[in-house]
Amino acid sequence: MPDEARSAGSPPFPAGSVAVAGVPSRRVHDPGLTEEAAAAASSALHTVGLSKRYGDVEALVDLSMTVPRGEVFGFLGPNGAGKTTSVKLLLGLARPTSGQAWVLGAPLGDQSTRRHIGYLPELFRYQGWLQAAEVLKLHCELAQLPRHTWKHEIEYALSTVGLSDRADDRVANFSKGMQQRLGLGVALLGSPHMVFLDEPTSALDPVGRRDVREIIRHLKARGTTVFLNSHLLTEVEAVCDRVAIVDHGSVIATGTLDDLLASRVGVRLRVSGLDAAGIQALSRFGAVSEADGWLSIEGAGPEVVPDIVAEAVSRGARVYAVEPRHESLEDRFMELLGGDAVELEA
Amino acid sequence: MDTALLGNGLLGLQPRVIWAIMRLTLRETSRRKLLLALLGLTIVVIGVTLFGIYKLTTITGPNEQPLTPLELKTVVSQILILIMFMFSFVLALSAVFVAAPMISGDVESGISLAILTRPLSRADVVLGKWLGLVALVSTYIAGTVAIELIGVKLITDYQPPSPVFTILFLIAETVVLMTLALLISTRLSGMTGGVIALGAYGISWLGGIAGAVGAAFQNSTITHIGTTTQLLLPTDGLWRGAVYSMEPAAIITIARAAGAAGRAASANPFLELNPPPLTYLLWCAGWLVAMLALTVYSFHRREI
Repeated sequence: MPDEARSAGSPPFPAGSVAVAGVPSRRVHDPGLTEEAAAAASSALHTVGLSKRYGDVEALVDLSMTVPRGEVFGFLGPNGAGKTTSVKLLLGLARPTSGQAWVLGAPLGDQSTRRHIGYLPELFRYQGWLQAAEVLKLHCELAQLPRHTWKHEIEYALSTVGLSDRADDRVANFSKGMQQRLGLGVALLGSPHMVFLDEPTSALDPVGRRDVREIIRHLKARGTTVFLNSHLLTEVEAVCDRVAIVDHGSVIATGTLDDLLASRVGVRLRVSGLDAAGIQALSRFGAVSEADGWLSIEGAGPEVVPDIVAEAVSRGARVYAVEPRHESLEDRFMELLGGDAVELEA
Repeated sequence: MDTALLGNGLLGLQPRVIWAIMRLTLRETSRRKLLLALLGLTIVVIGVTLFGIYKLTTITGPNEQPLTPLELKTVVSQILILIMFMFSFVLALSAVFVAAPMISGDVESGISLAILTRPLSRADVVLGKWLGLVALVSTYIAGTVAIELIGVKLITDYQPPSPVFTILFLIAETVVLMTLALLISTRLSGMTGGVIALGAYGISWLGGIAGAVGAAFQNSTITHIGTTTQLLLPTDGLWRGAVYSMEPAAIITIARAAGAAGRAASANPFLELNPPPLTYLLWCAGWLVAMLALTVYSFHRREI
């Protein structure tokens, strides 16, 4: 990642900065703003009861959430859950049936705010009759970036997504994965303050997926807010600060990964020689149950494992195995999709 | 829901963006080899027609004598109108083929997703594409017709009375149909839009004939049908302007002198005795503006 190449052309964007210059601050001080809008101005994304109906189909129901600036936010859900609909509403490509939303402090569809937004669509297609560098140049022009920055922006985007040696090739000759890389490059042009990535690795091989994770981490380090739409849990788990899980148009859980997974930890032990009093003593670490020769203590985090072992040993037990259990996001995801709505946000 | 949701109002036009989209449209026609195909086809058509006209200069009349200059000019003028009619038909087909998928194709393929999320309005996109197509059509028609007319002039020394108006009317006719196709393209697929636009073109053509027949036989109902179609889609009305600009004064005089028979003869789309009234031309200009505004509005309201 050529960080040093970034120093010319684009305005500096210090890591961790939340003072996103330009569009939002202008609106924050507008006395005519509603309370919601004022609250929204300080966040990258704020939605209130956002809903979208296509005929009889509820594509999105009452989406209310806030994404702080500089956060990598994962929007998780199975195919058809309403993820892409949400992004299209947020980017002004479709109109909500009801509700309100603000992106970078501006109401939906605000044209000038789009200068600060990058977007990789799920259905990514670029003009096949253009060369890769020409596609990027076109988007520099449409994004109305200063002309003297174009060359640098294009080179940076190409090198970031690993297409520097294909700059002069027609997009029509690109594989799907290369087109997705190009789309990612397009989304990165102009140092956007917020980037929407809709299934950004759907066409990529493992190397490409790792590259995308690196790019997202790099964006986060620069203070860019990333809205990551995905059904790939490992991807979300690897890079996101917080996630919302959406299904059938409704958010069924939101929170940090720790929030989502905190109550799902436990420890299981294979022990012998532990009497009822010993088991009773271990129950102070969590709910104890016994099955298949394993003693399970639900809710006990990895930090209390030494205490559990010490307690068991002090009670005369012989410990053969100890396995801290940390439920994966995938387990939690599947559980949520199969159950009722759960509110996990702190 | 507020109409400003999809952009900053209907007409937050940005000339730089319009210029970029216009160049992109022209580049697309070039890269997709449309220009090459048109160039090849044009060379063939011009070559064949000029050769045919050259052969006319060598034919002889019943008394084994070559045609007199007046006879030759009369024949050439009518053949030129036929050639231009064929040319206008090809132009209509081409304009529809190019314009009908111009917006719908981008929406269906997903290309528009990345473009419409840039800081631009949909009016910028519509106008950029429209101007690109107008530039293409105008340049092509002006170039091709000029070469054809210069060739005819060199071979036969005949020149239609108002060649500039011929070019302008042909451009206007094509732009009108292209604009209709672009409007449909904001809502329907290229295939469906193409069929509708060509169907409307055919109806306008038939309506023009019906109107002339009605006028010849003084039947107001049929005349109104013709007038209505020429107002709803001015392609035929503009084509008749092109015909009038190519018609030698002698033929117009003869046809007018023939009275009702002459008026009946003008029912065919190759004879027009009167120039289009200024009010009709103003109507056509207003029609174009209204259609463009409708195209912008339709695309503006479309959810992607």
